Amino acid sequence: MTIIGQSVPRKEGRDKVTGQARYIDDLHFPEMLYGTTVRSPAARGRIKNISFEGNIPWDEFVVVTAKDIPGENVVALILLDQPYLADEFVNHPEEPVLLLAHPDRYLLEEARRNVRLEVEPLPSLFSLDDSLNRKEIIWGEDNVFKAFHVEKGNVDEVWAGADFIVEGEYRTGAQEQLYIENNGAIAIASPADGVTVWGSMQCPYYVHKALLKLFGLPEDKIRVVQVETGGGFGGKEEYPSMIAGHAALLSWKSGRPVKIVYDRAEDMVATTKRHPSWTKHRTAVSRDGKLLGMEIDFVVDGGAYATLSAVVLSRGTIHAAGPYSCPNVRIRSRAVATNVPPHGAFRGFGAPQSIFALERHLNKVARTLELSPEEFRRRNFIQEGQTTATNQVIREKVDMEGLLRRAFELTDYEEKQKRFAESNRTSRQKKGIGFASFMHGAGFTGSGEKYLESVVGVEATPEGRVRILAASTEIGQGTNTIFAQIAAETLRLDYDSIEVAKPDTGNVPNSGPTVASRTTMIVGRLVESAALGLKQTLQASGLLKDDYTTEDFARACRQYIEQHGALKSFSQYKAPPGINWDDEKYQGDAYGAYAWAVYVAEVTVDTVTYEVRVDDFVALQEVGRVIHPVLATGQIEGGVAQAIGYTLYENVVWKDGRMINNQMTNYIMPTAADVPPIRVFFEENPYAYGPGGAKGIGELPMDGGAPAILNAIENATGVSINHIPLMPESLIEALGGERV
Amino acid sequence: MSDARPKVEINCTVNGALTTLHAFPMARLLDVLREDLRLTGTKEGCGEGECGACSVLIDNVLVNSCLVPVVQAEGTEIKTIEGIASHEQLHAVQQAFISCGGAQCGICTPGMVIAAVNLLERNPNPNEAEIRNGLAGNLCRCTGYMKIFEAVVRACQKGEATETQRHRDG
Repeated sequence: MTIIGQSVPRKEGRDKVTGQARYIDDLHFPEMLYGTTVRSPAARGRIKNISFEGNIPWDEFVVVTAKDIPGENVVALILLDQPYLADEFVNHPEEPVLLLAHPDRYLLEEARRNVRLEVEPLPSLFSLDDSLNRKEIIWGEDNVFKAFHVEKGNVDEVWAGADFIVEGEYRTGAQEQLYIENNGAIAIASPADGVTVWGSMQCPYYVHKALLKLFGLPEDKIRVVQVETGGGFGGKEEYPSMIAGHAALLSWKSGRPVKIVYDRAEDMVATTKRHPSWTKHRTAVSRDGKLLGMEIDFVVDGGAYATLSAVVLSRGTIHAAGPYSCPNVRIRSRAVATNVPPHGAFRGFGAPQSIFALERHLNKVARTLELSPEEFRRRNFIQEGQTTATNQVIREKVDMEGLLRRAFELTDYEEKQKRFAESNRTSRQKKGIGFASFMHGAGFTGSGEKYLESVVGVEATPEGRVRILAASTEIGQGTNTIFAQIAAETLRLDYDSIEVAKPDTGNVPNSGPTVASRTTMIVGRLVESAALGLKQTLQASGLLKDDYTTEDFARACRQYIEQHGALKSFSQYKAPPGINWDDEKYQGDAYGAYAWAVYVAEVTVDTVTYEVRVDDFVALQEVGRVIHPVLATGQIEGGVAQAIGYTLYENVVWKDGRMINNQMTNYIMPTAADVPPIRVFFEENPYAYGPGGAKGIGELPMDGGAPAILNAIENATGVSINHIPLMPESLIEALGGERV
Repeated sequence: MSDARPKVEINCTVNGALTTLHAFPMARLLDVLREDLRLTGTKEGCGEGECGACSVLIDNVLVNSCLVPVVQAEGTEIKTIEGIASHEQLHAVQQAFISCGGAQCGICTPGMVIAAVNLLERNPNPNEAEIRNGLAGNLCRCTGYMKIFEAVVRACQKGEATETQRHRDG
């Protein structure tokens, strides 16, 4: 029996297509109040006064300020710098200052507009350049949340002997995750019973950890339950700790259940986005097209508080030198503070930014060498046994050249280049084709997984079914289905006999956050070993023979439970052998495994309307074993569509640190009419330490789209553009056209 | 909204059942469906008619229920996602969404299914461009739309024309 590799029906598919799946805003509790957040009108300043105005029955309202917080006023994450409610100072527009609750949500909204915050402004920073130049010090001593320094070989010695030195600067903008379900939470909290929160989230134990500090309660007095979640993409990694805390504070004070669900405008203006970035490359190459040295300066704008910027920076840093072999590398990176809402996790987590810079830059290096972009890369692709920028020896079979060859075959790349060059001479519609080659590390960076020590449980139900206990959330990517497949395969049972428990910190162990392309590869492996433990227990007790059916297994489970009360098996993460990481020097095995990919984009640039259209997109990747072809393909297609949006449509317009196009009307994501055919192909090379041979794939498809599209635009127009999003206005400038 | 005008009585058919609503005339149909009738399959994504998560059919016309004042529902036939399957029997579009992977997080799915059902009722054999245009008012952030297009094609291939006909007649 092999269930791995089959596209079985999604576990919660029926509920989703019939509208029966219950999301946070679909839940209602008796006596429930609605909560809302009063936010800072200023980017930075001192709160002078709060007044309650208008014709509002204020005595009916529950009002919570920083003074009402029972524990510590910090959102516990990496550093403890972000308050739940600003007390004296605000550090970004829309920072939460005060909370209101009322049974009538329409009156509540009217009341929110009638709370006046007087803020005495302080000088503020709105760009990473101003932050780097220390125009003002707004965080710590130097505005730097975190800096990394990766050093390989001796970069200082390469410049003198290099045949060519190529420099370039690259910029990427913010991007809104734009899950279609906004953030939301419901809380019931009281000093007697503790705090229970239901919410839309990726990481129940992150919320749990944050609430422990906010309320100063013991662990068993805080319970966090994930309900059906309408998309995350990183946007529900850290922010749910904030909204859950707010709902819980209002409930704590009022003694009633409180629901806070943001509307789209609030979600877009106030919650996290992808970090904007700036990268500078200086590259030394020999005449024969070999990389001699790379010096990379990578900076991300973290916004007003540290949140996850240090780890976003880390992933971006490690991916900055790509899947190439270069003997001398120096990467310096910094995450800096500005007075905008904190930027946060978004699929790819720093890698799309640094890979964009690299894959644009390598085209420039190739041009300098008068080599084609593909030939230059072929001469430098990393091979098995060679080392990455962090001196990680690649021990798996890697064949970037083979991927490139196949991607070119799938797209008819060389033939199309010739044909386009010919037709572009006479047509106003310039066509081009371009590609990006890249890798993405799965799981937490460096020692992250070791520190997490994730645990997964598998239990037998009284009916003799098997239930997986994990905090890993289903957010659309298919966690429930993949876990059930892995357990079914391991135990040789029917897929339908496996259940996945709802992530509830009162009932499931901490299998870590649902982030970093780790759910299948890392947590799935734990599902495999915990399931194996269950079977071994049954066999050791003599209730199960070597050869069994699903019904035999169920009977054995029932008998075991009758005799012993319960049957559970747990498994905890242990690093595969030979994984070593030095946190101090940032050297060693950054990731247990990488997915490798070549993405090809075909575009048309209209030189009259300055519209860019992606006509075809091929995504080819090696991701270990594919557990569920439909889900895996769906991940790649969705990620590519987000990458197309990131490149050509999704432009966050800022004014004084505030997003001013915080609506779906003017922040444009790809529609069904915009996306090209996205053609997805896998090479399968089983990874020894992944469940059934799988590696992670969730973030990978976000990495390659932007550089492939801009490389295609360069192929079409001969013009090199080094920033995204690329809006028609800046294309006009780049192509030397005139604005009408 | 705290409406100064009193609530009014509105008679309409919801998923085949005659229904009397008492609501503020300018209340959004979306809220009345979700809160008064507890038909929570209809979702709010943007509240301004851009995302299509709140799609329902009014007299077989696809609308964003966040933009419809409930007073306009008087005398109409409304169909929500809850009325698409007949009892345990899924509509072929729903079945195709499951088998093709057209639903990921599921929040756009009710609206997307409604839009696809409506498209096939109007055009039982749409070509690719017609599918794309027919679904362009429904945003999905998970799938990149490919598997949704596949699902619509699959639903047509499975003799969906007849299934759709049955639903229309039924």
